[in-house]
Amino acid sequence: MSRAALLVLADGRFPAGGHAHSGGAEAAVKAGRITSAASLEDFCRGRLHTAGLVAGALAAAAVLGVDPGELDAAADARTPSPALRAAARRLGRQLLRAARASWPSPELDALARQFPKGAHQPVVLGTAARAAGLAPQDAAYCALYESVSGPATATVRLLSLDPFDATGVMARLAPELDRVADLAVEAARRAVTQGPDALPAASAPLLEVAAQWHADWPVRLFAS
Amino acid sequence: MDVVTALTGVRANARIVARADGRGGTVLPVLDSDGPLALRRTRAVGAEAKVMLVGAMSGPLGGDRFSLTASAAQGARLHVGSAAATLALPGQAAGEARYDVRLDVADGAELHWLPEQLISARGSDLHVTTRAELATGARLVLREEQVLGRAGEEPGRLTSRLTVRVAGRTLLDQELASGPGAPGGWDGPAVLAGHRSVGQLLVVRPEFARHPMEARVLGECAALIPLAGPAVLVSAVAPDALRLRRLLDEVLAEFG
Repeated sequence: MSRAALLVLADGRFPAGGHAHSGGAEAAVKAGRITSAASLEDFCRGRLHTAGLVAGALAAAAVLGVDPGELDAAADARTPSPALRAAARRLGRQLLRAARASWPSPELDALARQFPKGAHQPVVLGTAARAAGLAPQDAAYCALYESVSGPATATVRLLSLDPFDATGVMARLAPELDRVADLAVEAARRAVTQGPDALPAASAPLLEVAAQWHADWPVRLFAS
Repeated sequence: MDVVTALTGVRANARIVARADGRGGTVLPVLDSDGPLALRRTRAVGAEAKVMLVGAMSGPLGGDRFSLTASAAQGARLHVGSAAATLALPGQAAGEARYDVRLDVADGAELHWLPEQLISARGSDLHVTTRAELATGARLVLREEQVLGRAGEEPGRLTSRLTVRVAGRTLLDQELASGPGAPGGWDGPAVLAGHRSVGQLLVVRPEFARHPMEARVLGECAALIPLAGPAVLVSAVAPDALRLRRLLDEVLAEFG
């Protein structure tokens, strides 16, 4: 295993298509809920503890060898919005292509066969981390970081926010991200023995509802 | 029910069982009230048996442990409502209060679970779980509404998890935490954004497996969404309980 593989997987330039998604930031900006670095931070914090925690736990559980099909069903049950489910599968499919090229493995091949239209992105992320020889903690960090870096980067473009301010938001969230990563890994370990129902189900009603609103727009900058 | 003590709070377990009577109606062979969870049978409408949950005392308070189980056996039609909103209050007993609802719906049975709002009063700490287990041919209409604080009041801490399984497969699993001590950002732009009412209306019908409903946006803060299974969910946040109820009622009317 190589720890540096984590940097490859977490790199924003890894060709997995994440840049096309705002993690709900575009809808929140349009609704007037994100207007500044402070409200961006609050948005990211809420996302970290809800969708982020769930994604981190799913990814860590995949590294631990929990069945990806069961994890994908658990992700469906935790993602009521069809727009968000579709986005997660699209992102999963793109990530899988990049991951198979980077860390060829029979498990990634099997995932591609099982989900030709794409599995939920965190499930693919965990399976890719496993193929790269990374630890559950690594996958959780990667998922959690993505859950907040996506909206932060998007907001720089949407609001012409100063990139230094956006980076400051990420840095201030780092200690909280550490704590949520621990929770995600603990939950993933419980899922190994108790099944996927033991995974967290933290939800953010406005993320789900606004994703549907956003999907109806005729013109938008980001896919989700 | 145990004797109320300042140390342990109240334990109460209520139970409803509904069965088809074989003549097109529904009977209630079990209707067990317990302390603050008082159940009353009200006038039946057609094939459906109606039960009203009547609050015999206030609660749940800190340290209380309530559980309520409702089962609809094959072919039964059960409607459960409540006479008033449930008010979570701080208690003398230490620790959080718990309220666990368990719903079982068999093949060919239908359950309408339509309680009034749950209000999280300042200083309260309540953990609610609602777990519904449905057979493949079961039908369910479930409403859940939370009001964070009485008028002008800071909310208490409330954690609520709703898990719905159909034929052993988890269809919906959602937890929402709010109030002081909840994970950060709960009142921010990703989660509630200052809204003080949040609710869900879930309709599970076997025919949705073949003919899923189209997603529909109900304004910027509410949407009707088909789940990854035979169900549709209305998810909504609103400034207050009245506006939330009006929105959910409009959709509920479509489903009779």
